[in-house]
Amino acid sequence: MSSESEKLHDTVSTQDARMGDGVDSRFNSKLREAFGSTPFILTKFDKFMNWVRGNSMFMLQFGIACCSIEMIHTYAIKHDLDRFGAGVPRASPRQADVIIVPGTIVSKFAPRMKRVYDQMPEPKFVVGMGSCTISGGPFQEGYNVIKGAEEVIPVDIHVPGCPPRPEALIYGIAKLQERIRNGETSPVTVKPYELEEFGDLERDELVRHLADRIDEDDLVMRYNWADSP
Amino acid sequence: MSLEEPDPRSRDVGETPEGTVDYDALEALLGETALDREEHVNATAFVVRPDEVQEALNALRDEAGFDYLSNVTAQEYADRYESIYHLKKYDDPTQEVGVVVPTVTDAPVSQTAEPVYRTADWHEREAYDLVGIEYDGHPDMRRILLPETWQGHPLGSDYNPEKPQVVPFREHANPLQPDSRGEGAESDTMFLNIGPHHPATHGVLHVKTVLDGEQIADVEPDIGYLHRCEEQMCQQSTYRHQIMPYPDRWDYVSAGILNEWAYARAAEDLADIDVPEYAQVIRTMSAELCRICSHMLALGTFALDVFGDFTAVFQYAFRDREVVQNILEELTGQRLMFNYLRLGGVAWDIPEPREDFFEMVRDFLDGLPEKTTEYHNLITSNEIFQVRCVDTGELPPETAKQYGATGPVARGSGVDIDLRRDDPYGYYEELDWDVVTEDGCDNYSRVLVRMREVEESAKIIEQCVDLLAEWPEDEREIQSNVPRTLKPDADAEVYRGVEAAKGELGIYMRSDGTDTPARFKIRSPCFCNLHTLREMTEGEYVPDLIASLGSLDIVLGEVDR
Repeated sequence: MSSESEKLHDTVSTQDARMGDGVDSRFNSKLREAFGSTPFILTKFDKFMNWVRGNSMFMLQFGIACCSIEMIHTYAIKHDLDRFGAGVPRASPRQADVIIVPGTIVSKFAPRMKRVYDQMPEPKFVVGMGSCTISGGPFQEGYNVIKGAEEVIPVDIHVPGCPPRPEALIYGIAKLQERIRNGETSPVTVKPYELEEFGDLERDELVRHLADRIDEDDLVMRYNWADSP
Repeated sequence: MSLEEPDPRSRDVGETPEGTVDYDALEALLGETALDREEHVNATAFVVRPDEVQEALNALRDEAGFDYLSNVTAQEYADRYESIYHLKKYDDPTQEVGVVVPTVTDAPVSQTAEPVYRTADWHEREAYDLVGIEYDGHPDMRRILLPETWQGHPLGSDYNPEKPQVVPFREHANPLQPDSRGEGAESDTMFLNIGPHHPATHGVLHVKTVLDGEQIADVEPDIGYLHRCEEQMCQQSTYRHQIMPYPDRWDYVSAGILNEWAYARAAEDLADIDVPEYAQVIRTMSAELCRICSHMLALGTFALDVFGDFTAVFQYAFRDREVVQNILEELTGQRLMFNYLRLGGVAWDIPEPREDFFEMVRDFLDGLPEKTTEYHNLITSNEIFQVRCVDTGELPPETAKQYGATGPVARGSGVDIDLRRDDPYGYYEELDWDVVTEDGCDNYSRVLVRMREVEESAKIIEQCVDLLAEWPEDEREIQSNVPRTLKPDADAEVYRGVEAAKGELGIYMRSDGTDTPARFKIRSPCFCNLHTLREMTEGEYVPDLIASLGSLDIVLGEVDR
């Protein structure tokens, strides 16, 4: 009996056994040190989900303009965004949870972008890349240019630059991950431009003029340029 | 090099033995049709009545050999609208002539040039869209860049940008519901939207496709999803400094300096500015680095389109682009939007220590042959690649000319045109290099042309580096004397093109005596090359459409401007 209990005390503790030389020292990690002898942790479910979300982000493969070239460089060799758990470009919006908006948005494209954004499942996050998604950038005065992505969809992180370097985009995404991990969200800003049915528009001069060319139930986006910031 | 024997062709009407244009002979050829003559900086232009456009253009094309409609510029004056047709010859692009067609201010209608030059189709639609001139007899007079419900013509004088606009979004219908847009009620075709958000469209291109089984019955590229008003931006910017950053953003796949050169060349001709020889060598070197960068992207994305190779070829191409971008960053301070050229020179000299910079470039050039072999092993000798590309997307040379195709697209169809050699600028004339052409007319040839052009560009860069390294220190003049505020003579007009990565990138400018251009028109090579898509793909299979689109190597920033 006593010899048996001695035997029990002789054995190394579970933590030591796990942290020891073991099969391979590669199995030792900060995480294991933190967990100690038990492979269980107690946490809030929300906190755990946020941690998971931030570390496994599927990006939408979405190229618009110049910035998309730098975005490809961020995914590609050398910068390799995948290192940060955020580098799997998905071709379908239904499989993605982050959309990087890389470029100038013009009147013809905004309804399409809105639709692609709507097709993404919740929760979803938006990184605005480049000056054009902040304010229209160098093309702000253009007759056809939307003055920033926030006119159409809510944006979580703005990365300034024309175009931002890949390092800047990585920094922006790291910041987004940090916010997701902390469970922070961006306030939804006012979105003046919405997709709506043509029949629902106020019947002003322009709408009456177009009435014979657009069906009542066609989706439209109405741009009030004078109200744009 | 073309395999055809250069046939000693007889001289066209209006061509002198020295290979220049005799405008008096052309005026005699046009006879009554020519109402007046205008002197532009690049060529003489003839004024023609709006209902005699086809007559004049037919005479110039068939008798005088002007087989290349390079550009159509539309603009509004206080008392009239004007369409200018810029004609050239594929055999000798230095022979140019303009055809000016004035129309009245209220209800401007002009005869279409589409039956004479197919490429005029899209050019005239753009003119209608942005300026508001209507073309009589045009097969498809619709807006091309702006949404179809747009109100007003933004480059016209009475346009009010504050007015609200309504843009419909009709492609949201259930994609599975039957939708055949073929002929007849019994048609069993299927309509398919490709884009504007699609990985294979190289940006925001929308291709409306009608399929008969797996074959393409009809294809219509729908562009304008990246129409950023570049012409308006340039028209409200000053010549000296404000315009130069915009060209970088036309063809944005690192071809920036090639684009800047298009503006620099046109503005320098307009305002009669000299460029020091040393600056020309730097320009030539940096432009060719941009060309390599641009062709690498074309190659990588084409491999991605054709055999879904996101791993090896795509990443290799981007690895090499990173190297070139590092060199360009060292030189210009930026990775992508260089803003390096200045009117009359370049922004600054080679960075110190110069030897390190030259070593950097030479290291890249030394490694290039090995990489090229690797690309050939991976891509062009790959059987899957050959099955996808050989004899698909055929574009016969005559069709290419009708559509105004230039650059690797034209050279892949055996059309021997390269403005670097045919209309020399910069330092190209002094250097030893060849123009690459392939006679296959298919997707494979276009890729081969790009790959071989990379090698030619490397030859040019190597010679430039040698020249720059030995340039005497006290003669390194990077900038000539240019007035701080540039005001070219009123009513001076110029159209000038350079060989950009995708073909002839031309700029038309008209000065009104102020420090901003009164009209700034960009002739985009991608715009014309994309127009050939229908010719290349009708009757082919859907996968060939994707391959053809990839081999055209379009950049939507330049297509839509």
